Amino acid sequence: MKLINKKNMLGFLAVILTYAIAGFLIDKGFIDSYIFLNIVLIGINIILAVSLNLITGFTGQFSLGHAAFMSIGAYTSGILTAKLGLPFWVGILGAALLAAVAGIIIGIPTLRLKGDYLAIATLGFGEIVKIIGLNTDYIGGATGLNDIPRYTTWTWLYFCVVVTVLLISNFIKSYKGRACISIGEDEIAAEAMGVNTTYYKVLAFTLGSFFAGIAGALYANYFYFIKPDSFGFMKSIDILVIVVFGGMASIKGSILGAVLLSLISLFLQGIPELRMVVYAVILFLIMVYRPQGIIGKGEFKLFKKRGGLNANNQSK
Amino acid sequence: MPIIKVNNLSKAFGGVKAVSNINMSVEAGEIAGIIGPNGAGKTTFFNLLTGIYTPTSGEVIYNLERKISSKSFKPYKMTGYGVARTFQNIRLFKNMSVLDNVLIGCHNNMSYGLLSSLLHLPAFRRSEAKAYDEAIKLLDIFGLADKKDEPASKLPYGEQRKVEIARALAAKPKLLLLDEPAAGMNPNETKELTKLISWIKDEFKLTIILIEHDMSLVMGICSKIFVFDYGNLIASGTPTEVQNNEQVIKAYLGGE
Amino acid sequence: MEQLIQQLVNGVSLGSIYALIALGYTMVYGIINLINFAHGDIYMIGAYIGFALTTFLHLGFFPALILSMLLTSMLGMVIEKVAYKPIRKSTRIAALITAISVSLFLEYGMMYFVKPETRTFPEVLPNKQISIFNTSAVLDIKNIYILVVTITLMLILQYVIYKTKVGKAMRAVSLDSDAAQLMGIDINKTISYTFAIGSALAGAAGVLVGSYYNSINPLMGVVPGLKAFVAAVIGGIGVIPGAVLGGFFLGFTETLVSAFGGSLYKDAVAFAVLILVLLIKPKGLLGRNIREKV
Ligand SMILES: Nc1ncnc2c1ncn2[C@@H]1O[C@H](COP(=O)(O)OP(=O)(O)OP(=O)(O)O)[C@@H](O)[C@H]1O
Ligand SMILES: [Mg+2]
Repeated sequence: MKLINKKNMLGFLAVILTYAIAGFLIDKGFIDSYIFLNIVLIGINIILAVSLNLITGFTGQFSLGHAAFMSIGAYTSGILTAKLGLPFWVGILGAALLAAVAGIIIGIPTLRLKGDYLAIATLGFGEIVKIIGLNTDYIGGATGLNDIPRYTTWTWLYFCVVVTVLLISNFIKSYKGRACISIGEDEIAAEAMGVNTTYYKVLAFTLGSFFAGIAGALYANYFYFIKPDSFGFMKSIDILVIVVFGGMASIKGSILGAVLLSLISLFLQGIPELRMVVYAVILFLIMVYRPQGIIGKGEFKLFKKRGGLNANNQSK
Repeated sequence: MPIIKVNNLSKAFGGVKAVSNINMSVEAGEIAGIIGPNGAGKTTFFNLLTGIYTPTSGEVIYNLERKISSKSFKPYKMTGYGVARTFQNIRLFKNMSVLDNVLIGCHNNMSYGLLSSLLHLPAFRRSEAKAYDEAIKLLDIFGLADKKDEPASKLPYGEQRKVEIARALAAKPKLLLLDEPAAGMNPNETKELTKLISWIKDEFKLTIILIEHDMSLVMGICSKIFVFDYGNLIASGTPTEVQNNEQVIKAYLGGE
Repeated sequence: MEQLIQQLVNGVSLGSIYALIALGYTMVYGIINLINFAHGDIYMIGAYIGFALTTFLHLGFFPALILSMLLTSMLGMVIEKVAYKPIRKSTRIAALITAISVSLFLEYGMMYFVKPETRTFPEVLPNKQISIFNTSAVLDIKNIYILVVTITLMLILQYVIYKTKVGKAMRAVSLDSDAAQLMGIDINKTISYTFAIGSALAGAAGVLVGSYYNSINPLMGVVPGLKAFVAAVIGGIGVIPGAVLGGFFLGFTETLVSAFGGSLYKDAVAFAVLILVLLIKPKGLLGRNIREKV
């Protein structure tokens, strides 16, 4: 538990070096705008996947509405930077805070639900956010919000990714994070050991939403233009797929999963007509042959076998 | 003054009266045993004592740090009140390390803030270091310190039961509830566990209530025994009294 | 007032469609605890089969309906065998993602073969409208077709589930699959039949919607699929009468919201109702609450 040791130092060096080298390559034009666009997407997906992993992988709460928090972040930053002309850091912070507040508001009532039911409720919430977005003229309705300044640079992107990964990794090593993991493992035992499960579920949900909001801000301020449809149910599924593909409750897995799946979809763009069909087949094969993900850690609660309808009364 | 007092406690599931009209009390420093045939309502009784079920009628009153009635029970508040338990069907956090399992037991005694959690500020390091030492000490007692980094599910059954007890002790309870601690253990392990239970009772100044089918354990360390049958408390007393009670003999030797 | 009556009529039709699709969701969930996200796409394929049969083979409404139900039920069984059987023992999330992959496969596979554009379904139902109580509200004959077909199918389903051996096996497996197996029930066959029946109902809904709205496209199953699923959950997923109740409940809610000028928000209201119902009755209106034993 020492602050500075060899491993920490090496990690720190690697982080700085990656930043400097990539920054240099971008500056000198070795990384062109097309590659950079994909780097931005990978970075955003890492933030989304790591933050959803906190909710679903570690805390075991099945969410199908993560994209909604991203969208809240994207619109918040869009409004703050485009409409109000505020600097990017205000946009990011506002995005994160508003998404977090939404996380609290949604989390408190819905996190009483379990398993599939929670998944459905969060899905419903995501759709509601989308529909409200579609019908709100101030933010452009269905046509979307335009002319958002492009503030997302390599530095901002890298900084946000590193901060997200670092803070969430730190969090899960704290007693609060342990409490969250224990809920994912066995809610009844966690409660019996003094863990206020409602509080920690909401905490995980709020933190996850906070970072999803940051991802939204980075997205909005890179693509100039956002519309509610970009943050629908399928986007939430995409994030969940990264988490499962990478490995539940594995931060490294989420990072790796985000990179690999972004690369896969990059290659699939070569066959536009069959892109989604091939993607579907790949998903299917992963679920059949590697359901525990690249870095799978074994049987988690949500990973529990389903059995029959009576699955929840045979636990004696 | 009894540390726990149970008044007319009942719990029904639909038509099944799993626990009916129980009156009992246990004094501080005792080891009390609960015995009875399968389905007698023993585990349900524990669930009532720990807020997992709410009574259909009657109440439980603890005289621990302060007086608490079952009206204010909530599962997650029980360790704070000074009551910790283990489960009949071992409920460890399977994918977490043995050490982390015990550290969850320390949960209530840790309190640094969110910022310390996210940034690993000094408060984090102080509190974690202290909890780590406590956890290791407990694991040492159960001879499990060298397995601290293994996932709990990889341990043999008997050791998992010990981890669960260590986890409960980490919460620094005054009252420890053990649901069949020796289930699945061989006679040697049971003997060792029997000694260990009475040792930790003295060492940590506990009151213990345990449910057990193994008579050698129950008769060996319990000063008081309660016998359940079909949800009713049919007898209570010292081991000798209970052993010679006719109703108890009937309940055990075929009341079919 | 007239508008209200009109919307109630629409509500019955919409509710019937939701109920038909919801039944398949609920039956599959009841038996293997799987949210079959591909179910809405079976409905879409049912509509396309109906379209092909009426357009190219010039079949009438009823032959097309029955043939389409037959073909979708076979499709349902194939999907179960190929995609869901390998993951039957798998985890909730893996199962959910598998179902989504099947859904994407059907949607975009269809898009590849039939092209993304909207097709016009031929007029196979009589186009006649009756004024209700001499008001300006009208009852389209098509509404009656939808209601009659739906009720007939539900009665048949009721008979199958409660009176036939297959139905009894289905109920037994959904109650306790291990015990059912011990009693000598062939689990695989039962699951297969469940998919067949559920898919046939979705196929029927597809043909009904095609001939009612006269337009179909490869992504037409996504929203009704999601809604029907919401309906099944509102009614209590796994509970068959719940699917019917939820379907009509949702149909009426949506048309009422539209009647009062909130048509842009009707989907949002549907999901809000879902969340509300779950918060008040976590297992749906007719679902049973089962507590975890400790
Ligand atoms: N959550 C529940 N819902 C319905 N019935 C329950 C529930 N929990 C316990 N029961 C019933 O209450 C009765 C008592 O069960 P309990 O588990 O308390 O017995 P026990 O004495 O602990 O038995 P064992 O020695 O087998 O552990 C049984 O008939 C059981 O089926
Ligand atoms: Mg028991």
